[in-house]
Amino acid sequence: MNKFLEVKNLSVSFPTEDGVVRAVDNMSFSLEKGKTLGIVGESGSGKSVTSLAILGLHKGSSAQVSGEILIDGKDINAMQENEVQLLRGNLMSMIFQDALAALHPYYTVGNQIEEAYLVHNKVSKSVAKKRAIEMLDRVGIPEPQKRVDDYPHQFSGGMRQRAMIAMALSCNPSLLIADEPTTALDVTVQAQIIDLLRDLQKEFNTAIILITHDLGVVAETADDILLMYAGKEIEYGTVRDILQKPQHPYAWGLLTSIPRLTGNPNKPLAAIAGTPPSMISVPGGCAFHPRCSYVSQVGQSCSSSIPELVPVAQGAHHLVRCHLDAPVRGEIFKNQVAPNL
Amino acid sequence: MNSILKVDGLTKHFPGSKHSLFGKRDVIQAVDGLSFEVEKGEAIGLVGESGCGKSTTGRLITRLLEPTAGKIEFNGIDITHLSNSEMRPIRQDLQIIFQDPYASLNPRHTVGTIVASPFRIGGVPPEGGTKKRVQELLEIVGLNPEHYNRYPHEFSGGQRQRIGIARALALRPKLIVADEPVSALDVSIQAQVINLLKDLQTQFDIAFIFIAHDLAVVRHFAQRVAVMYLGNIVEIAERDTLYSNPKHPYTKALLSAVPEVDPDAIGSRERIRLTGDVPNPINPPSGCRFRTRCWKAQEVCASSEPQLLTIGKSQVACHFPEK
Repeated sequence: MNKFLEVKNLSVSFPTEDGVVRAVDNMSFSLEKGKTLGIVGESGSGKSVTSLAILGLHKGSSAQVSGEILIDGKDINAMQENEVQLLRGNLMSMIFQDALAALHPYYTVGNQIEEAYLVHNKVSKSVAKKRAIEMLDRVGIPEPQKRVDDYPHQFSGGMRQRAMIAMALSCNPSLLIADEPTTALDVTVQAQIIDLLRDLQKEFNTAIILITHDLGVVAETADDILLMYAGKEIEYGTVRDILQKPQHPYAWGLLTSIPRLTGNPNKPLAAIAGTPPSMISVPGGCAFHPRCSYVSQVGQSCSSSIPELVPVAQGAHHLVRCHLDAPVRGEIFKNQVAPNL
Repeated sequence: MNSILKVDGLTKHFPGSKHSLFGKRDVIQAVDGLSFEVEKGEAIGLVGESGCGKSTTGRLITRLLEPTAGKIEFNGIDITHLSNSEMRPIRQDLQIIFQDPYASLNPRHTVGTIVASPFRIGGVPPEGGTKKRVQELLEIVGLNPEHYNRYPHEFSGGQRQRIGIARALALRPKLIVADEPVSALDVSIQAQVINLLKDLQTQFDIAFIFIAHDLAVVRHFAQRVAVMYLGNIVEIAERDTLYSNPKHPYTKALLSAVPEVDPDAIGSRERIRLTGDVPNPINPPSGCRFRTRCWKAQEVCASSEPQLLTIGKSQVACHFPEK
């Protein structure tokens, strides 16, 4: 099958004074057009570093990137900076968490959308402005002819996010990376932005990588989920696989620790003990083992060897990185986890 | 009398910018006429979107801000306009936990100094010595008591929030205002802190005002919930009543906007999508402040401001409440 985006054995490490930080370690995943992949993890798990690597934004920094990032068969990682520049905004694009920081305060919103469009299209400024108005209208900004000349500070938080989406989509990119696009927004506005992204994806058949820590947001938008912990993918499967039949103890912990609108509010939340590891000194073996409640069921290997990412069952697309034996894991899930979901 | 806190017509207007030399200053109506009570040992949740005035309310109650109008009665004493020195003995019973665990701890002080500061400021040395009590407090909030000599930067976000909680607990207060205590934390750490706060609330019988934007978090903590919109309380009810049968259209919309984690439940839920953003509190809409985004709005909503009335088991400020 022809995958639009294919990432193979991607590793990103940063040399620091305290030693090499392996922010992303041997990641592989793929994505088709018109589909959404949700990358989920806590702060410092390597989600954003992965997305920056896909856009080739580590080039020119001290980061060491290895592996292949194939978009439409072309390897981004093997390209020169100026070659990637031609693709950025055109083939692939990104929206950021903090729209106020991502928009330039000295230029009007219209200017900034036009700039992106002019870089990749040989058109006059007036055509570009028309395009900017058209895009602002498409993302639901009222009176776009007037608002196009506004500065970012004149927009509200939700409108800025919309403007950034307009900018990212002005050249019809095939791949859109959304890094925590709704985290800074209120729930009612978040719901609007999620709907907007979904509509735009249908219209333009865009492949979307959605980076978030919010399982509710991925559940509503993504097709596949990649769960990261300490720079490694620890579980990978469809939304239903991960949210309804999670296999990794970390996934169990995450799903049972979030407060929900359904379920018994008087029962204490099943929190994961401890804190995420520092990336300078990642625990040996499975990075999650110091926080895992099931280490005793496996024994030595949790702290000594890194488990492989393997299919949950023969031929399954649902992958998990854990030393627990499949039957044992099934038992634990059935008896201890499923009742709490 | 069983209430620890009584708020009546509480109002805070901030001065805004001036548009010309002799022009009138804008008035930002952050909180406009709030009235509610908190029972002894009760946990009440205050929810709403950014700019609705929930944090301002928390700061008014703890008297970190001076109210423009209204009355705050704490433990039977009118504290609305007390001076700083008059407030000092009262603060022993009235503490606050802040949102940002990075900004709310002095980086130059050790954890021991930070947690002991209420004893020093209040002039009430604890029995058995400060160090012993500080170590006890650290243990209560789940930190290693041996760490009292460390500095805040040596702790993670969740641990820092625990330090802030230990400081708030030091003088055994009767009421704690917790302003977004978990929103800066990672998901797996959030649950730990919510569980801790809940344990403390029941163990020491402390009343809590829990301010948050996350409805699911509030549901796990509060026994009663007040929903705020643009400086007003639009609905206040017992937790189960509010979540299962929201009466105000805004509450209903807010609940339906929370993303659902279970993929099977997504299709089955009623979705209400509000259009637009929260209006500017400098110039709030006339009548009902929610009417510009409300799908039920009619003429009466623009002309008269709905009062908070008891309907069934809830108190709702709406001309056309849900059944």
